[in-house]
Amino acid sequence: MFTIFENRMIVPNVYQMTVHAPDVAQSALPGQFVIFRPEEDGERIPLTLADWDVQAGTVSVVYLNVGRSTAKLASSKAGQTLPTVVGPLGNAMEIDRYGAVLCVGGCYGIGSIYPIARALKAAGNTVVCVLEARSSFLLYWQEKLRAVSDQIVCLTRDGTSGKRGHIGSLAEIIRTLPMRIDRVILNGCNYLMMRGSQETLPLKIKTIVTLNTLMIDGTGMCGVCRVSVNSETKFACVHGPHFDGHQVDWAEVTQRRKAYLQEEVIPLRTTQPL
Amino acid sequence: MEQPVKKGLDLNRRPMPKQAVEVRRRNFEEVALGYDSRLAMEEAARCIQCKKPGCVERCPVEVDIPAFIQAIAEGEFERGVRILKSKNSLPSVCGRVCPQEEQCEGGCALLKKAAQIAIGRLERFLGDWEAAQPDLMMPEIAPPTGKRVAVIGGGPAGLTVAGDLVKLGHQVTIFEALHKMGGVLVYGIPEFRLPKRIVEREVEYLRRLGVKMVVDYVVGKTRTVDSLLEEYDAVFVGSGAGLPWFSEMPGNNLNGVYSANEYLTRFNLMRGYSFPLVPTPVKEHVRVAVIGGGNVAMDCARTALRMGAETTVLYRRSREEMPARLEEIENAEEEGVIFRYLTLPTRCVGDERGWVKGLECIRMELGEPDASGRRSPVPLPGSEFFLPFDAVIHAIGNSPNPLIPQTTPGIEVGRKGNIIADPQTGKTTKPRVWAGGDVVTGAATVILAMGAARRAARSIHEYLTNPSEW
Repeated sequence: MFTIFENRMIVPNVYQMTVHAPDVAQSALPGQFVIFRPEEDGERIPLTLADWDVQAGTVSVVYLNVGRSTAKLASSKAGQTLPTVVGPLGNAMEIDRYGAVLCVGGCYGIGSIYPIARALKAAGNTVVCVLEARSSFLLYWQEKLRAVSDQIVCLTRDGTSGKRGHIGSLAEIIRTLPMRIDRVILNGCNYLMMRGSQETLPLKIKTIVTLNTLMIDGTGMCGVCRVSVNSETKFACVHGPHFDGHQVDWAEVTQRRKAYLQEEVIPLRTTQPL
Repeated sequence: MEQPVKKGLDLNRRPMPKQAVEVRRRNFEEVALGYDSRLAMEEAARCIQCKKPGCVERCPVEVDIPAFIQAIAEGEFERGVRILKSKNSLPSVCGRVCPQEEQCEGGCALLKKAAQIAIGRLERFLGDWEAAQPDLMMPEIAPPTGKRVAVIGGGPAGLTVAGDLVKLGHQVTIFEALHKMGGVLVYGIPEFRLPKRIVEREVEYLRRLGVKMVVDYVVGKTRTVDSLLEEYDAVFVGSGAGLPWFSEMPGNNLNGVYSANEYLTRFNLMRGYSFPLVPTPVKEHVRVAVIGGGNVAMDCARTALRMGAETTVLYRRSREEMPARLEEIENAEEEGVIFRYLTLPTRCVGDERGWVKGLECIRMELGEPDASGRRSPVPLPGSEFFLPFDAVIHAIGNSPNPLIPQTTPGIEVGRKGNIIADPQTGKTTKPRVWAGGDVVTGAATVILAMGAARRAARSIHEYLTNPSEW
């Protein structure tokens, strides 16, 4: 059992949860994920680590309340316990001194890009963070990200914060930056990662995405997370979750991601309390 | 009932009572109901108590089979349990899932007369009889040695090593990656063949013996083997199955295409057959194809059938070559699984939304025997045909789990990613690290994993009590 330290909505429908899992915190590296199980007999939900604290023995994730299991997660309170917190799983993000790195986060990815930006900064890179959201009220963690980056660019569809635009404006943003970008890292929904990769392809900038495929065990056993990268089947949980965004078969990733859309709605058609 | 042909020689193997076909093909409850004590005693009385028992020779864990059978015949079940459990800590499990026809029963003197003793059923009877008693019999535990052993993986290999070593007085901790102990016994083998309460009972027994168990702990990720070696005197790796194999053909990443591991894990570990009462979603499929002919293929097919799908097993050789246990093939046939032999799928065909809609197949004929001694299938040119399916399950095996080899320097790995271990001792190339089960052999059986674990436990005990050069 893993005790919840904090669970709160940070912007509409986006939650930040911190749980006590000292062994996971001890081994955590940027870009790795954990699996949470919100209830007995519950689903195993893979979530990218957004932060951890070795001293306090805690790990934090940022997640969206979108289905039955994340709704259950969202309804749990500090002091309660989760039956499963397991990890850190997957490979760490490759961190090196690349020069200038653009870290793009959208939605939960604003949280999950944070440890990556922090590690890149510590490795001596110039770090520029692009935070993408529909509107200013959906942006979060700007202060945290500012502390580990050289520049922050906010991108909102309605222009209420920073530049007006969306992920499709990425190439233009890169062109207007004062420095040459050597590497781009994309964290967020499939659309953001796919569209962002399309933007950087003609610019020939190496682009890494952190895939969020379906998973069950997360340890290389079930194979539901398979994805075609450069026409070869890879398993996101043990070969990834980080891949070259220019080599990922995005149509396939998007299709596979939707496999249980119908079924995920069924349990929500109820008036019972969650 | 047939009359014995010779005085004292009863050739009437007592049949296993089963759930009626029409009932069981729509539920997930156990198919085989087990012998009652009368049937068990009758069956046991048929044993001729060979001087040189062929059954014992063929048992991977060396159970004294004639002795426990004798005890049953005499109605002394408690004595039988003691004999059995001195060698096999999981009798209720092994009695259900061991391939007895290839092992003990294959060595029975009565096999020539097709009347081999139903050793597996008797083993299961004793295991279940003991569980039904109000007080659990506890074995003797040696005085504490002060030695600590870490066991990676809570499946058949890990549970066996832990049971053997805890009885010898060592302190044992099992680290399990999933949220439940049991490994393949809980995520893989379906409820209708091995009820999960039986696994829970066996796990509880080990816990009472003093084995510590940590779930949700992925050695290699949460903590490395090297780090464990700082705290423990010995480490046993029984991390089991890894990446599933898919038959080589285009279209395997379409929606509706599963590995057997995924399909079975959704239904067993995650209890998908109760969806939407449990949250892990499963699809309602109409026509399901299972590719492969082993026990795992039978488990998938019988699960799909119980979920209401018309289910077809596609196997590239003929029925004779199928590696699944005959009993499981017969169960599947009785329940209505369709078998298409000498059939090789060559392409998964998808619809415009990325869902599988069928398989292109080709007919095969059997040619010369291959390395495995089985006649190898050869495609018949021009025999291509299409079969419609909305789900395809690949049950053709898997590679060993990669997490420990990937994260443990100094551990030698074979061509297929399997950990290299001495077959007699389970010793790996890394000092103080032993390994056994599927992570060493690739996909095999529960009992082979247990046999390897028993030998490793012996070697670990020897090393701990009398440390020597690696």
